[in-house]
Order: sequence, then structure tokens, then C-alpha cells
Amino acid sequence: MPRINSASELEELRKGVLSERDPDKPCIAICAGMGCLGLGNGRVISAFEEEVNKKDLKTKVDIRATGCHGYCEKGPMVVIYPEEICYVEVTPKDVPEIVSQTVLGKKVIDLLIYTDPDTGEKAAHQSEIPFYKNQMRHIIGNNTKIDPRSIDDYLAVGGYSALSKSLLEMSPEKVLDEIKKANLRGRGGGGFRAGRKWETARNAPGEEKYVIVNAHEGELGAFMDRAIFTGNPQSVLEGLIIGAYAVGSHRGFIYTRHDTPQLKNNIDMALAQAEEYGLLGENILGSGFSFNVEVHLDIGIFVSGESSALMRSIEGNAPEPRPKYIHTSVKGIWKKPSVLNNVETWANVPLIIDNGSEWYASTGTARSKGTKLVSLSGNIVNTGVAEVPFGTTIREIVYGIGGGIPKGKKLKAVHFGGPIGGSIPESLLDTPLDFDELAKLGASIGAGSMLVLDEDTSMVDVARYFLDFLSNESCGKCVPCREGIRQMLKILTNIRDGKVREGDIELLEEIAEVTGAASLCALGKTAADPLRSTLRYFRDEYETNIEKMKRPAEKRE
Amino acid sequence: MGKHKKMSDIIIQIDGKEVKAAEGMTVLEAAQSADIFIPTLCHHEKLEPRGLCRICTVEAEVRGWTKFVAACLYPVEQDLVVRTRSEKVDRIRKMILEFLLAHAPYSPQLQDLAQEYGADKDRFEKESSFCILCGLCVRYCAEVKKKNAVGFVDCGSRREIRFIPEIAVKECHSCKECFALCPTSYLQAAFVLTEALAFSKDASQTALKK
Repeated sequence: MPRINSASELEELRKGVLSERDPDKPCIAICAGMGCLGLGNGRVISAFEEEVNKKDLKTKVDIRATGCHGYCEKGPMVVIYPEEICYVEVTPKDVPEIVSQTVLGKKVIDLLIYTDPDTGEKAAHQSEIPFYKNQMRHIIGNNTKIDPRSIDDYLAVGGYSALSKSLLEMSPEKVLDEIKKANLRGRGGGGFRAGRKWETARNAPGEEKYVIVNAHEGELGAFMDRAIFTGNPQSVLEGLIIGAYAVGSHRGFIYTRHDTPQLKNNIDMALAQAEEYGLLGENILGSGFSFNVEVHLDIGIFVSGESSALMRSIEGNAPEPRPKYIHTSVKGIWKKPSVLNNVETWANVPLIIDNGSEWYASTGTARSKGTKLVSLSGNIVNTGVAEVPFGTTIREIVYGIGGGIPKGKKLKAVHFGGPIGGSIPESLLDTPLDFDELAKLGASIGAGSMLVLDEDTSMVDVARYFLDFLSNESCGKCVPCREGIRQMLKILTNIRDGKVREGDIELLEEIAEVTGAASLCALGKTAADPLRSTLRYFRDEYETNIEKMKRPAEKRE
Repeated sequence: MGKHKKMSDIIIQIDGKEVKAAEGMTVLEAAQSADIFIPTLCHHEKLEPRGLCRICTVEAEVRGWTKFVAACLYPVEQDLVVRTRSEKVDRIRKMILEFLLAHAPYSPQLQDLAQEYGADKDRFEKESSFCILCGLCVRYCAEVKKKNAVGFVDCGSRREIRFIPEIAVKECHSCKECFALCPTSYLQAAFVLTEALAFSKDASQTALKK
């Protein structure tokens, strides 16, 4: 591969890549995301390869194993370009027909396209399927067009133009200014202003500074970051390099999951290819700016995604949080200024630079800009990853995109943010997706997992489940968190098992207050949040449980 | 105070009293220099503060914002207002003590503090381990003795201290300095258990002869 030394060389290369591609040439894009992988897409991919070989079509048809298309419920997903015909739940035995009928014959196979379970209406193209129709896919939309292991695919959709613009046409201050104007807020949970974090690190004393991708994604029910990073790793990398330039950092880290080899492989491949093209390493695009990236694997417990624990882990220590009375953007890894943003946040950066902060800020609400990826799971018809503009109501997401609750059941609650998040009841479903609106309701958006719960769910069990998780996945270092979780879990287990005592609810609230105020890190401070929100909206369930237990045994149901 | 060059850099207020402090000092150090008492359990002057027990939690007011911070770690800054006792601070300390008394109800140190804060040693069901995980032994062995014969293992509610037999068999018989630091009777028990279960007879006799 050639090394690119200037903006014009990058555009030359892009032109070359595009000129070799015939837009009318059929391409079979098969989702190779993790959900579809579990549904057996590997066999579908090999079936397509075999069929194309058998029919001697290798030069006439492209096969592309792509990242996650988002609609996990209906996987394995296959999209046939250039017509963008979308087939759902494809099995290897469908493959010969798809090749002969659709790829060659340009005909839609009715049996394989999406059928609306309520209306029976069919949709042949991705954009007509309700799950996709109601989304705004700025970040994940390119996933179907890209083989994550091909940097040329990323260049073909305009990749690295934002980096070129940043390094060669903008000063670091100007880049920072754009991010601030766009009001990009961290997608990892806190919703902290990315521009402010970058600025703090930029202005912090010291030459050595670091930028980090948090790809730990430990939140239960969250699977959007791995969909972006596995499916389009170059977009995250491009964002990271732009961030490094703005902050004045020459060394970056990617902290990712040890248990997801596909993700790790795609990241490694992306780094190697970007380096070969001179988009990473010394004197990037001939700009004089140099930047290198290392990949670190996590330790596998939830707390290792907490910023200070993550940084300790990168240093080679146990992933235990340390106090952040001085921000990590001033004293992070090895006490050097360190900017940590999660995968989705970095993936937003090239979009902002390419289209401008004004364009970016025109989407969303007053204080939450752009789009947000959410992962839908639980009692919902359409499990999957969706991307919507901030401001979309939770009802629209659950019913318009998610297809509602299976088996005609009623919705009881939507839980956000996993073990350190909160639930909102059905009556609040018209709340817009917004960092501050949801936080006000005690259900902070977290990384974007939305666990949908139907009427059969016990909210006491939900709170208990998350505390049980945290009792294993916290570090156990400080008393209010470790012992508070232990005691709250005991009480909830007792309530579940009918060994309840008078005053248990009040005791739970008292413990939650102490754990929230006195714990060392954000995990401890928010560990009682699911409990608090279920007490706020579903207190009657706790009380009913307790009342039931107080009645004599023979009268119990 | 040797590590703090100038004493008059920063003026803070602790419980209504003006206290002079130097850049880099913690609230606990500043309070101690002014003879203001803040309770501690996991703090030791020879060891790096870690903020594990949180009994030193105080109210810190900075630019109109009040937060609860660990005095052993929180750095002083100009115009900081600290309240070492308040209704909520006392409530936090009371519950922390009740959490710990479920482990070590007969620890004299805990009993004294329990009296001060009205903590009920029987509020929570008794736990099987006496250890309150203050980490004094682990940190002393690592930071002062530089031996790492005892360490933390596991995480969350399964966290515990454990002697590393291979190191302990060589180092511990001649030292045992950590025994006196333990606020409960757990450390000694853990050592005896390690000795009984993991030291081979030959190895421990060789070590004893040394």
C-alpha cells in the first residue's frame, strides 16, 4: 500500500479506490456483527462464497462481510446492492435462490423480505422497514457499506477527509472550538462535555498527554459500542487522531474487551492499515503531526470501565478507581493529562469536522446534540441497535422502532444505564431521549442500553439483579460501596424470599444515601440508583411484597 | 510536615476556624496540624492514604458547592470550607461503623467510635469474616517492608486479604510488624491459618531456625 503524504494524495487515492468500483456491480453485504454471528451468519457467508464460485461469478459479484446492521432480532441480515434489497433471517439454503433470483435476476424474493407482524405489510428495502425507517443513522449507517477489515471501504464512503481537514486546514484550537460549539457530550454515561475535557487536558501543564478510547462497554444490555467499533473501526480511529491533534497528544490507547476476539482483530487490522497509509504514526498526511496507538485488553470486571480504574489498568495496576479530586484530564495515566471518551463519542468527531458544528448542533435537543445509539433488549419485539436523534421520545423508540412488547403484554418500565442506571414507568414514556431530562427522572441515559420490561416483571427482582451483579463486579475497595451493596442485596434477597422485616424499605433508603454520598468512585455513588428509581416509581411493589409476608402463611396466595 | 515547603500558602476554614495549610496537603493533615480531630481507620502516617474506610468523610464546600469527601485524600485549596461534623456526616459515619461492626463487633477501635456516633453493633447480621479490609497490613508490607507477603485477592464483596505462602514462609516469622496494626483479630488468624495449611513442615522449620 502507498504512503499518503498530503491532502491531494489522499484524494487521489480515494479517486483510485472509487474508480475501481462499479456502482452497478452487485454486492452482497452480509452482517457479520456479533448478534448475527451467534445466529450462524458464518455458514451464510460461506454459502454465498460457494455459490458465487460455483456459478463463476467471482468477478461479477462482490461479497462483503460487514459490521452490525443493527436489526439483531431478524439476523442474519443480508443487503443486496445496488438495489438495497434487504433479506432477513437468511439461512444457507436460501443462498442459491438469492443469487439466481435477486443478484442476477434483479427480482425480489417475497418470502425473504421483512413482513410486518401486525399489518402483514412487506418491505423490500432497508429504508422501508419500520425498525430502520424511524432512525437517523449518522454513525452506524455506513456499517452495511463497509468491510471493517478494509480501509479502502472506509475511504470509499469519505473516510479520513475530516482528519485531512483538521490537520491541514485547521489549527488545534479551531478543531477544539468546533467540538465545543457542537456541544458534543460524552456517550459513555456521564454526558460530560467532550470539548471541555479536551480543553482541560490541552491547557494542563506537561508535554506528555494521552487520549484514550474506552471500549470496555461493560454496561449490562449495552452492545452499541461494539457494533460501531467492530463494524467501522476506522471511524473511531479517525475521531481519536483528530482528538489527539486538538489536545496535543502523541500517544493514544484503546482499552477494549478481552473476551471479544472479533473486535480486537478488527481494531488491530484497522491500526495496521491506517499506519501503512500514513494516517497513523509519524508525520501524518505530511502535516508534521505524529501519533501512535496501543491496544490494551480489559481485566473483565465492570469497574475496569470506570475512568480512573481503566487508567490504572493501562498503567499495569489492578483496575481499582482512585479519587478524582483532581480530574484525570489533568492527572490521568502516569499522572499525565489524559482524555478518555467512549467509542461512540469518538465516532461523532469526524462527523462534526466534516459537516461543521452548526450542522451537527441542528440535530437534537437544546442541551443534547446529535444522535444517540441505543441498544434495545428485554421484553421487546425488535432486539437490536438503533440510532435516533436526541429528543426522540422513549415511546417512539420502544414502539416505533422496537415494535412494542411481545405477546400483547403491557409495558411496565424501561430501564436505562444498566447496573448504575434507573427505570422509568410507562406513564413517563413520552419523555424525550435527553441527558438531562432522563437524569432528572432518576434514570440517567448511561451508555444507551434500554432494557424493556413487561407487566410480568418484578421491579424488586430488577433492583436485586443489578445489586447482585455489582457485588461481584465492583472493586470492593471502599466500605460504603462494598458493604452497602452487600447489605442492600441481603435485604432485597430477604424481601424476595419472604423473610422481610418492618422498616426494611426505610433501611434500604438509608443505606442508599450513605453509599451514594460516601463511596470513592462513580460506581459506588450510583450503585443504588436502580434501587432508588424502583423505590421512586414502584414503591407499591416493595410494600405489597412486605404486606404479603406479614399475613399468616395459610392466607398467602 | 517536612514534605510541605511553605506553611502559609493557603487559608482554609475547618469547623469555623481559620487554618493555614500548604499546597499539596490533605484536609486531614491540615486538620491535624490545627489539632482538629477527624476519625480514621485505614489511615497510617507511614502509608499512602487510600480512602478505603471513608470514616474520615467530611463536608467540603468549594465555591458554594457542598460535597462529601474523604479528608485523608482531599487536597486543600484556597477558601475551602470544611465541616468535620454535621448531621449527614455523622449519619454516614454511623452507618459505616455499623457495616464494619457486622464484621468485627469486638474491635476496641470500632467500639469507641460506635459510642461516639451512636452506632448499633447489631444493626446488621454478623458476617463470617472479622476483616474490615482497611488494608493496613497489605499496605505496610508493600510500602514499608516492600515484601508483599500479604495482599488483597478477588473483588467486590468477595474481596479478602490473604498471605502469599511462598513469601510469607520466608519473611513473616522474623517480622510480624503488621500484627499490631490490625484493628480486629483477623490478621493474626489469617496468618496462623496460612501457616497451618500452606507452610510445609520443612520450610517453616528452616525459616524458624534462621
